[in-house]
Amino acid sequence: MNALSIRNLTKIYNNGFQALQGIDLDVQAGDFFALLGPNGAGKSTTIGIISSLVTATSGDVTVFDYDLRKQRDLAKSCIGIVPQEINFNQFETPQQIVLNQAGYYGMPRKEAIRRAETCLKQMDLWDKRNDVSRRLSGGMKRRLMIARAMVHSPKLLVLDEPTAGVDIEIRRSMWEMMQEVNRQGTTIILTTHYLEEAESLCRNIAIINHGRIVEHSDMAGLLARLHVNHFVLDLAAPLVSTPAIPGYHIERLSDYSLDVGVPKEEGLNKLFALLSEQNIQVVSLKNKSNRLEQLFMDLIDSTKQQGAT
Amino acid sequence: MNSAIAFKTIVVKEVRRFTRIWPQTLLPPAVTTALYFLIFGKLIGDRIGPIDGASYMEYIVPGIILMSVISHSYANVVSSFYSTKFQRHIEELLVAPVPNWVILAGYVCGGIVRGIMVGLVVAAISLLFTKIDVAHPWITVAVFMLTATLFALAGFINAVFAESFDDIAIIPSFVLTPLSYLGGVFYSVSMLPGIWQKISLGNPILYMINAFRYGLIDVTDVDIQIAFAITGGFIVFLTLFSLYLLHKGVGIKN
Repeated sequence: MNALSIRNLTKIYNNGFQALQGIDLDVQAGDFFALLGPNGAGKSTTIGIISSLVTATSGDVTVFDYDLRKQRDLAKSCIGIVPQEINFNQFETPQQIVLNQAGYYGMPRKEAIRRAETCLKQMDLWDKRNDVSRRLSGGMKRRLMIARAMVHSPKLLVLDEPTAGVDIEIRRSMWEMMQEVNRQGTTIILTTHYLEEAESLCRNIAIINHGRIVEHSDMAGLLARLHVNHFVLDLAAPLVSTPAIPGYHIERLSDYSLDVGVPKEEGLNKLFALLSEQNIQVVSLKNKSNRLEQLFMDLIDSTKQQGAT
Repeated sequence: MNSAIAFKTIVVKEVRRFTRIWPQTLLPPAVTTALYFLIFGKLIGDRIGPIDGASYMEYIVPGIILMSVISHSYANVVSSFYSTKFQRHIEELLVAPVPNWVILAGYVCGGIVRGIMVGLVVAAISLLFTKIDVAHPWITVAVFMLTATLFALAGFINAVFAESFDDIAIIPSFVLTPLSYLGGVFYSVSMLPGIWQKISLGNPILYMINAFRYGLIDVTDVDIQIAFAITGGFIVFLTLFSLYLLHKGVGIKN
């Protein structure tokens, strides 16, 4: 069963800007799905339509087979939304915010209190439950929005850049939390600008650009298509010029470091041998960027070029 | 979906909001109206003769109570719903399966509760200055409730269209307050010259104030049935218009 199914979805805003140009998207139940794209690509519009905050111009959205237009209440009950920007009443306490949200979903008070406690504890916010929420740290506010989104036990959790602006420690703890939620059976759709995050967490991926889905596949299959890995090599001795090695793309970053694009079929051993022939000794190396980032940039660049031609 | 729970949640949230800031919401009308009663009712009123058989103090009490109900039921909804839009926590309601009529009913009830509480505070203050024997209790309660409902709805529509905090101050300052003062709070329209009497009859607030005055002290310048028809008509129209705005997502959806 699909947790989310989108067919020929379009959105034209009042100013004439066409944010979505007829996208199709399927997310299987239980999946941890990444929806990626550069700023202005159409991610937030898509999420806005799924969450009923934006009205689609045309197309269909079904959530666990409930039509978002015709069976709105049933579809909405399946979804939990964590928006990009803080959107709770910052003068209320975390407990009140979560309890109110449970009330909006029609949850009886006793059950709401129990669920609010569970969600706030899961997000490590129970000790802060009676604080005024505007005094919470940025990371806590983001976790509060996740607790709020989960209070009605949604089957589909949509996280729109949930780790934006939080420090690495909190980000890692949020990753663990999201993985745990997904393990418990909740389908997760994640948008993020941290491609490392998507690569680490998600099993399937769609990349959206200029309102079109330019890639929709499983993460492993997508990464397998990567032909070139980039490495930064730290050198034992300084270089005065950039060495030329056929088959490799090399840039000199400094006297002591090189950026080398290594094609899959060539490999590192051959590179080291060729460098040794030129008396260049490598002290250490590191991956320049994560693999998904390279693919992402390739896809975005190729759609730019298509647009130009 | 249990709409009753969602409705109760919105109402409780709204009531908690204005009671939490009671020095801004409940205290000022008590102070202001006490001054009205003291200055207009006592100091000036003692030099003004009775109007339609009621002392001047008795005559102005219903209008001042209802004027407070009007301004506070309106202010509660316009400020609360606009803040909800401005701070974007309207999205909490929009993503949840809350029907539009529940959103409207919840906010309007919040406004009605504040209108009633302020009205009761002002009524209690008035008892320090005069004794009121309620002439027609059911009419009094009905006008009280209907007026609070009407202006809570009007506040909601103002908030839907408002795009800045200036937009929520314009209507109360430049429309509601003048219409309330010119609606016969401090005088009988029969005291006005001919043409001004006719112009005054175009002011809907005049009918509500007079109906409330009739309920409290059995004095009115207008036909009570017409007053109820006008108030009821406005409520039906504003309710339908509010639901239409919510359905279209005006001011709250892209």
